[in-house]
Amino acid sequence: MNNLSSNINKKNILEILNKFKTGIGLLALIIILSFLSPYFLTIPNLLNVVRQVSIIAIVSFGMTMVILTGGIDLSVGSMLAFSGAISAGMIINSGLNVFLAILIGLAAGTALGLFNGIAVAKAKLPAFIVTLAMMTIARGFTLIYTNGRPISGFEKTFRFFGAGYLGRIPVPVVIMFLLLFVIYILLKKTPLGRYIYAIGGNEKATKLSGINTDKIKIAVYALNGFLAAVSGIILTSRLNSAQPMAGEGYELDAIAAVVLGGTSLSGGSGGVIGTIVGALIIAVLNNGLNLLNVSSFYQLVAKGAVILLAVFLDRKSQQQ
Amino acid sequence: MGNEKVLEMKNITKTFPGVKALDKVNFSLRKGEVHALLGENGAGKSTLMKVLNGIHRRDEGEIILKGEPVEFESTKQAQNAGLAIIHQELELIPHLNVAENIYLGREDRKGIFVNYKKLYQKTEAVLDMLGVEIDPRAKIKDLNIGSQQMVEIAKAVSQDAEILVMDEPTSSLTNQEIDILFELIERLKEQEISIVYISHRLEEVFEICDRVTVLRDGEFVGEVETAETDEDQLINMMVGRTIEDRFPEMKFNPGEEILRVDNLAVPGEIINASFSLKKGEILGVAGLMGSGRTELAKSIFGVYKEKTGDIYFRGQKLKIDSPADALDNGISYLSEDRKDEGLVLGLPVADNISISVLTTMLKAHTFINAAAEKELAQKYIDDLSIKTPSEMQLVKNLSGGNQQKVVISKLLSTKPEVVILDEPTRGIDVGAKREIYNLMQDLVDNGVGVILISSELPEILNLSNRILVMHEKEIMGELDAADADQEDIMKLATGRRNQ
Repeated sequence: MNNLSSNINKKNILEILNKFKTGIGLLALIIILSFLSPYFLTIPNLLNVVRQVSIIAIVSFGMTMVILTGGIDLSVGSMLAFSGAISAGMIINSGLNVFLAILIGLAAGTALGLFNGIAVAKAKLPAFIVTLAMMTIARGFTLIYTNGRPISGFEKTFRFFGAGYLGRIPVPVVIMFLLLFVIYILLKKTPLGRYIYAIGGNEKATKLSGINTDKIKIAVYALNGFLAAVSGIILTSRLNSAQPMAGEGYELDAIAAVVLGGTSLSGGSGGVIGTIVGALIIAVLNNGLNLLNVSSFYQLVAKGAVILLAVFLDRKSQQQ
Repeated sequence: MGNEKVLEMKNITKTFPGVKALDKVNFSLRKGEVHALLGENGAGKSTLMKVLNGIHRRDEGEIILKGEPVEFESTKQAQNAGLAIIHQELELIPHLNVAENIYLGREDRKGIFVNYKKLYQKTEAVLDMLGVEIDPRAKIKDLNIGSQQMVEIAKAVSQDAEILVMDEPTSSLTNQEIDILFELIERLKEQEISIVYISHRLEEVFEICDRVTVLRDGEFVGEVETAETDEDQLINMMVGRTIEDRFPEMKFNPGEEILRVDNLAVPGEIINASFSLKKGEILGVAGLMGSGRTELAKSIFGVYKEKTGDIYFRGQKLKIDSPADALDNGISYLSEDRKDEGLVLGLPVADNISISVLTTMLKAHTFINAAAEKELAQKYIDDLSIKTPSEMQLVKNLSGGNQQKVVISKLLSTKPEVVILDEPTRGIDVGAKREIYNLMQDLVDNGVGVILISSELPEILNLSNRILVMHEKEIMGELDAADADQEDIMKLATGRRNQ
């Protein structure tokens, strides 16, 4: 009997460890780096890391929802660039009010996402293909709209969103945590969130339960476009310039953060808390390697290796 | 058939954390016999077979294969020792052909290329030996389930399997396919291959099995010769109590018409169906596999976009373009395939029960009311006696019968006035079946109109008030259940109209 109860205890501990393994990984990484570099564990550096992570994290939140439904979105980087460019163009070229320009930028990203959603849900095209096409289309739109040249030089109001501070906290970080909170609540506490998990788990059964699954999927892709736009505007504001090639490769970073965070690529399980931890792992790793003067060429290798290792360990723990 | 034992499992005990899945279970298999392994869901049949197959490690006991004690650490080892399991879900590759599947990973080669000539010759030889008429060049995806199962069996035989475990092999076969399977089993016996036959259908056990071993709650109840027992005794052994009758005495109190279907047609699925359903009655729908029973149900439930004809609910014409429309109008449907169409296996019991009514119980018009959701789940867990540690247990961890009760709870949560049950008792044990029959009586007593689709004719005959029989996408006729028999149904089901 003693044996049995100690077995159960051991199992509980393992389960808890398993649940928080990404967090534990992040913590371990932080501890190791704090020994290797004295500057690492300072407030300015940590704030710098979270500010860097905020842009990719916001994109990853949207990606998490898309992946939870069993889909994928490769067009986030391009949607991000397009929305940033539209907002910038509205301010600089058309002389619009900053807030109006931002709204138009957000609407542009949402519209592209909406298109993705309709193509996936209604036309029943594979998400991979639809968003691959959107990746080049939106990039094309961006280049057409900007003539291939950056749009730069904003006033203070617009710069606030990317470069401003609330107290000591960078504004992008505040926006990121706000969105994290909202999306966490959306996923865990609202019917929409429940349906997102249900669709990823079994779309047919969800539909036969009377849920309009097409509508939910369209909403998720549109929301993803919206979040890419938020990121695009923050990035434009921070760089004080809308770059036509902004956000290239972000889709892969976002997918990496989602997967590192433990969301299943086949959908139905995971969540945004894991994703933020996943995004932080990548950012902390990059930052640490920078501080240690490791060349960015090696950093790419390290990043890929960490993703592989994490997914491998995840598989291993699921098999047990 | 000799008395030589090819397999003996003695005192097998297996404990999972908190549960004793097997407690000193014995099982033995003679050369060339078909030995039924019976028990309700959760009795330990699958666990026992997984222990045999090397998927689970036993805590105690021994396994003796052909006189030698064995300890398999993987299914591969078990396979090499002559053991093959034919799972309920077949494990074939749809886009490869029959021969490629049978010899997958063991192809004869010519240099670096597959020697297709030899591959087809060998495949034909195996299929001939089994008396199976399937083209070795046919792609698996183009074969029906019955033929796919034959291929799976041929694959096992080609690997020199001496012991075949068949896990509910007939659950998705038509009667005709079942006959072919049974002939095949006879031929396997002639080859001195021993078969462990897991099934819920007692008729089949009496038709082809030599002996029966019964498990209950992880314990060995007994082993009997089929010739020396009867259905009542076996059911008694399985459930540990006497079930008076397989079917309850149904009482109907048909009231006004609640649903009328008028010339409903779906291209390629349903030809001009017309019928009506009254409150408080059970309308049986019989027909062979592929006759359009499920499609009829789904077309009423709004699954098909393209359809013509009308559906009236309480005399009022309805527009049903989606399952959501049907549910809004009080029509609900239990799918014949609970894993594929009924449940989200990776979500908890509560989430599965509440999914259809989630938006009717919101806090601040926005948030899921967790307390109300829990209460709803708990109500159905109690009402339907769903066996689950808590409402937060993932559905995939429940037994088949309890999973089915979860899907039924989901239907009931919408307070339906018309309930369409498509094979409600498929793949669940005797006890759970009886509970579902009782539930149908409750529905009828409460004035619900029930449509019952079933492949099991005794079920249709004993539970329905009236019976519709379908053949090739068409309703062939209507029978009064009180004075119809299986023969009457089969006549219509095979295409002969009522005079």
